[in-house]
Amino acid sequence: MDRCVKAGLGLAVLAGLTGGMAGGAQAYTVYVSNEKGNSVSVIDTATMAVTATWKVGRRPRGITVSKDGKEVFVCASDDDRIDVLDAATGKVVRSLRSGPDPEQFILDRSGNPLYVANEDDSQVTIIDIEKNKVLAEVPVGVEPEGMGLSPDGKILVNTSETTNMAHFIDTKTFQVIDNVLVDARPRFAEFTSDGKFLWVSAEVGGTVSVIDVATRRVVKKITFKIPGVNDEAIQPVGVRITQDGAKAFVALGPANRVAVIDAKSFEVQKYLPVGQRVWQLAFTPDQKLLFSTNGTSNDVSVIDVAAEKVVKSIPVGLLPWGVAISPH
Amino acid sequence: MLLRAACMRAPAQSFILSLALAGAVLASPAAGQEPASPPAPQPQGAAPAETRIGLIYRVQPQPSSYDAEAPPEDEGLAGARMGIADNNTTGRFTKQAYALDEAALSEGGPSAAEAARALVAKGTKYLVLALPADEVLAVADAVKDTGAVVFNAAAPDDRLRGADCRKNVFHVVPSRAMQADALAQYLTLMRWRKIFLIVGPNPADKLYAEAVKNAARKFGLKITAEKPWTFGPLAKARGDTPTRAEAMVFTRGLDYDMVVVADEAGDWGDYVPYRTVDPRPVAGTQGLVATTWSPVLETWGAAQAQNRFRRLAGRLMRPLDYQVWASVRAVGDAATVQKGSDPAAIAPYLTDPAFSLPAYKGVSLTFRPWDHQLRQPLIVVQPKMLVSVAPEQGFLHQRTPLDTLGTDLPETTCKFP
Repeated sequence: MDRCVKAGLGLAVLAGLTGGMAGGAQAYTVYVSNEKGNSVSVIDTATMAVTATWKVGRRPRGITVSKDGKEVFVCASDDDRIDVLDAATGKVVRSLRSGPDPEQFILDRSGNPLYVANEDDSQVTIIDIEKNKVLAEVPVGVEPEGMGLSPDGKILVNTSETTNMAHFIDTKTFQVIDNVLVDARPRFAEFTSDGKFLWVSAEVGGTVSVIDVATRRVVKKITFKIPGVNDEAIQPVGVRITQDGAKAFVALGPANRVAVIDAKSFEVQKYLPVGQRVWQLAFTPDQKLLFSTNGTSNDVSVIDVAAEKVVKSIPVGLLPWGVAISPH
Repeated sequence: MLLRAACMRAPAQSFILSLALAGAVLASPAAGQEPASPPAPQPQGAAPAETRIGLIYRVQPQPSSYDAEAPPEDEGLAGARMGIADNNTTGRFTKQAYALDEAALSEGGPSAAEAARALVAKGTKYLVLALPADEVLAVADAVKDTGAVVFNAAAPDDRLRGADCRKNVFHVVPSRAMQADALAQYLTLMRWRKIFLIVGPNPADKLYAEAVKNAARKFGLKITAEKPWTFGPLAKARGDTPTRAEAMVFTRGLDYDMVVVADEAGDWGDYVPYRTVDPRPVAGTQGLVATTWSPVLETWGAAQAQNRFRRLAGRLMRPLDYQVWASVRAVGDAATVQKGSDPAAIAPYLTDPAFSLPAYKGVSLTFRPWDHQLRQPLIVVQPKMLVSVAPEQGFLHQRTPLDTLGTDLPETTCKFP
């Protein structure tokens, strides 16, 4: 993450010098996986418009970009593989042996390997993406989903939706070293940039657990209350925390809101109205914008991070699920 | 090099579990694998404590001739197996192991109550029942003083949640009142206020009809016509059976928006759609139904459960499978949090506000303290597609919208000792 941000800042400085960017912001490419559209929508942040729609395997969900920005990885869950797309052409150049039903994944800080949650198979698969080789399969709880990696890359966390745990996995030995029970249906795991805390959302529990990474204890449970919205509709999924550790954003599913949280005091400060059934979130590398995927309204919302305002919604494919942003 | 972080995975476990015979006392096969897998997540432990869950059921008789919708022989049982496999996957991390005792009742064999007593005597403290109401009561009373916890996965009878309620029974299957309320909410939403109720000859049909009438009163719908079904099991008839003309014309001259059929045995309800004189939709026990599960449900993670089930059982998951699965998972979920499976701790915890069962419904499911009924959204579904989910938007309740379905606290006639 560190290096990513530095590279992004470098580019932003460069862009500032050349003066070529709208509103002084760097232009990035945003990739959105459309679960029912079997496609990836490509958005240019300079124009805030979809520039291409790429065909991929069936039920695309987790999505990420290679460290150099040249390749896009997409979980084709129903095809039991991960498609690797050329970011320049949008063509599937190869597929990775992901194990059954890959749902979410995260790239190692070094850019390789890829850590994959196999939702139907109660395991995490670790794949060398250069050699397309499975390095390890780690048994975890039922319906593994969320994948978080500590800033130093040493600890991988997987959340299992039916077991309701965050599994801590050593990335050297590929062994589960600890399990922390959280609320019902944990969907997402996000470390703070200092590596001290792990935030885990619980979709059915309606909470976000903040776990002290050193002691592996839940130190805070963040709850949500929105006037006029049933508690049952508040279903936290995607979590993103700013690099400076000041603010956190939590997507609240069918509550159609993204919560803005003071990441130090854990107080919810406001709820930003976005599209319907909001799930995943991604920052631009300069952290000026945050994109949310809104499944049932088939669009993404663009949030101005500093102003804490929704500035745009962009229609994409059918049932947008994941979002990843390239620095290029 | 392929590193295997542990030697056992879920499919293999469930295979071994499926070999477990009814009533056989086994050293848990799943547990037996645990010490052998060196990278177990918490390597300090001894063999995990085993929790045995019994399923008492009756194998459905197979149809005498071809029936595309005949209940499979392992209906319910396959759901129990999946629940045990899921519990064990979680149990790997909590040092808990689960095993299933299958008790299939048969003609001339032990009664449900005898089977229950035998299971409890062997140390099985959780009993899941896929049995009718009378047998649920017989089992509940037979194990009353043993501390065993009984889950009712199949009997929708409101009396089990009312006058005949038992403190040791938890109802995972929705009551008839809940089913009828769910349907009534959808009709209210659609402004289809006039119901033509057709009632079958079985006692269960009359109870279902009673629930529909109560729901109509509760939600301001009108039963504008009611007729008994007197034409026999026409849905089971063959294509070359002579057409019963009177069955096609008895819907003539009535004023209604929707037919509601009360046919819990499935003998004739499916005969009615497209055969009414006026073009009207059909709901109730057939047509559009309010239920817990359908193979077409895919939201809230249900697609994963559908896939997992199909891999395990080789067929589609049915409501009874889901209800048994949810019963087994309720034990597993409570035992995870309670860090043990002593029924003396688990039974009170099931109605504790902290208990919540995630079960592919988008919200967590809880038990009502006043009658031990599982609160749950019901899907309103036609055979090919989800139509709606109850409680519908706008039906409010001071506790939870889920309590707009079924008997609420002020109306309950259940009195636990």
